[in-house]
Amino acid sequence: MPRRLEGADVVIVGLGAAGGVASLPLARAGLKVIGLEAGGWLGPRDFGPDELRNNYRNWPQAVQKCAGEAPTVRATASDRAVQGGHPMMNAVGGTSMHYWAQSWRLNPWDFEVASATRRRYGAGRIPAGSTVEDWPFGYEELEPFYDLVEHTVGVSGQAGNVLGDIDRRGNIFEGERRRPYPMQPLRASPFTELMGAAARGLDWNPFQGPAAITTEAYDGRPPCQYHGFCSRGGCHVRSKSSTAFTAIPKAQETGNLEVVPYARVTRVVAGGDGRVTGVEYVKGNEHFYQPAQVVLLAGYTYENVRLLLLSESSAFPNGLANNSGQVGRHYLSHHQGAPVTALFDRDLHNWYGLPAQGVAIDEWADDNFDHGALDFIGGANLWVHTDRRPMSAVRMNTFGQTSRNWGSQWKAFIMKNADRSNSSYIQKTTLPYEDNYLDLDPEVKDPFGQPVIRITARYHENELRIAQFAQDKMEQWYREAGATHVTRSGLGNAMGASTHAYGGTRMGDDRETNVVDRWGFCHEVSNLGIVGASVMGTSGARNPTLTSQALSWRTADYLANNWSQVAE
Amino acid sequence: MAQDDPTMPDREFEPGAQPENPGRRNLLKGAGLVGAAAIGGSGALIAQQPSPAQNEPAPVREALEVLTAAEVETLEVICDCLIPSDELGPGAREARAAHFIDRALAGPDADDLEAFRIGLAAVEDYARTVVGKPFSQIIRDRQESILLALQQNKLDGFMPSAAGFFNLLRNHTINGTFCDPYYGGNRDFVGWDMIRYPGVRIGASERDVELGADLPPNHQSAYDYLPYTKTDGRGGANRA
Repeated sequence: MPRRLEGADVVIVGLGAAGGVASLPLARAGLKVIGLEAGGWLGPRDFGPDELRNNYRNWPQAVQKCAGEAPTVRATASDRAVQGGHPMMNAVGGTSMHYWAQSWRLNPWDFEVASATRRRYGAGRIPAGSTVEDWPFGYEELEPFYDLVEHTVGVSGQAGNVLGDIDRRGNIFEGERRRPYPMQPLRASPFTELMGAAARGLDWNPFQGPAAITTEAYDGRPPCQYHGFCSRGGCHVRSKSSTAFTAIPKAQETGNLEVVPYARVTRVVAGGDGRVTGVEYVKGNEHFYQPAQVVLLAGYTYENVRLLLLSESSAFPNGLANNSGQVGRHYLSHHQGAPVTALFDRDLHNWYGLPAQGVAIDEWADDNFDHGALDFIGGANLWVHTDRRPMSAVRMNTFGQTSRNWGSQWKAFIMKNADRSNSSYIQKTTLPYEDNYLDLDPEVKDPFGQPVIRITARYHENELRIAQFAQDKMEQWYREAGATHVTRSGLGNAMGASTHAYGGTRMGDDRETNVVDRWGFCHEVSNLGIVGASVMGTSGARNPTLTSQALSWRTADYLANNWSQVAE
Repeated sequence: MAQDDPTMPDREFEPGAQPENPGRRNLLKGAGLVGAAAIGGSGALIAQQPSPAQNEPAPVREALEVLTAAEVETLEVICDCLIPSDELGPGAREARAAHFIDRALAGPDADDLEAFRIGLAAVEDYARTVVGKPFSQIIRDRQESILLALQQNKLDGFMPSAAGFFNLLRNHTINGTFCDPYYGGNRDFVGWDMIRYPGVRIGASERDVELGADLPPNHQSAYDYLPYTKTDGRGGANRA
């Protein structure tokens, strides 16, 4: 029998980007919060500028809980699912420790893809088999929470629309915001200047994207040092605004958040009345039962879904909150692949950059352009950035310039060109479909003997058409900037395990097609909340973290303001 | 994401066409790299102790950890074929890539050890059977054609396959040539100098970025910076 601990008001399962944010409004409201985190504490000294360790040996995530329960992947139900790696990491702060830190708001269209498409182009333009729905609310509803997260966690950027005033230095397509970002965007570089000028030459509107990275002393943290080991390396000076350095310590300061590291939650416990009573977890060799009045699941998409499906009970024989059969449905992983890669005839000066220092183009994203004559809906955000390190640089595409990728000829090529290529990052509208879903793998188990998640999903025509369209635009942009060679990658097929995984516990008013209600609490289990991108029903064309954090703050805020209604 | 570009159509290529760039000045010195290291170190955050005998390399003390002497002999030659020492400067041999690979296979990359044992023996067998000599003693053209056959998956007896083993060889050789020198490869920073990477810094100014490859290489390992060593010797003064 697990050892029964003293009860808490709220237990949060996972203290990453979303769970870390949720802890703050709850702790500030005076609720006793326990944060169970599968990883441990990491600090700036753990993030050495070491490419082999960070980017090739995947320290520290190689030795993580998630590594033992990586999802299996198959494109369709008739394929065999194969286990790959897990893209996330466990730590206090979760993957916000080492992520790229691009911190976008979704555009207003992303909240109303279904109705806006019907309105502008007709119902026939929603792709066949897609289960896309409007969000239960619009951008305006989330705007105050975007603002709170941007200022509390610390996001730098250039606003494009403050209270209706359009500023062309920012994203002219963004939704209206109440105030500018709290910090200037990351600085420009010779490469961003080159690409920005080329975009203006095409009459596009280039801008520096937002980042959860400080650009000045902010809240006791120093500004970005541009040392080039940001991606997967964590920040050596805490300028990356991980929740481990922002929301979580702030919540601890209230005295109301207790962080329990190395706690692996194995089950959410439900009573016969259909309400949850707490969670069971393993720490080392010990098993614990942590009672709580409210449980907030704040794991990554795969873990949130998996924990529900593993938590069967008499009231929920198919998994917790799954009597509707909706847990695991409406899954999508963001189409971020199919890059275009370019070679220039001069050094690009990218040895000391980072993925969040770059130039964005939003002209071809969402519904920012007329799709009347096109055969898809949605679009892509085009992004070029300055991230480069030696071991990955020499693995560059050789653009047909060498007969082999080794030997003297190849060596001469990389000596000349290691700092002369660039690969774009193109995020595309990705829709949920009837035949894309998560369930438990019937064969592959984690080290505890529990099934891992199985992804059955592939990109459909709409995503592939966007990819093709976006590659045309991207090539045009590189050519305008003087690229001498441009190559395109394949358009994609299976949706693999991804750092941008959405759905599985979708948010919506209709309890027949959604797991959580508009506040993030389960339709079937009123004291079980879910935060993270698993509640998002659309992807937009930009990174999910800020949206998942804004939603998380909103759910926590609702809980604090309606405590007796939810908890009792 | 893999951006490898294996066998592209043959095209005329000019290995001599190099950018005129003073940042490369250290590159062609070959044996003079010890001197280059001393120059870079003088401007760095952590001063290097000058060696008492500046022209003599430090004695090399290293045991083979998992590979046999014969395996390393074959591996050294393969590494040299992949990233050659040539008229443009040092390569994987000077970087001590084979030494790096032995250490990697003894630790973090132990899963690859069996593939290396089987693969290196198969390469050796193939050379002796077809050419009648050890791999290390046949002419470079024949060595290269054996590796090409490996890359094109035309040989049997490798795990996971000939092409799969070739990719392992290539990945490990690249790692050993361009990794942080802490791991035993990229010795004397020859890999980073080869591609004009100016070195590990804990911050880069706008001016540093503008200089790009003209920024003098600082020849620092991540672990020359005190915060990342196991102890800073001063009771944790660098704790952030």
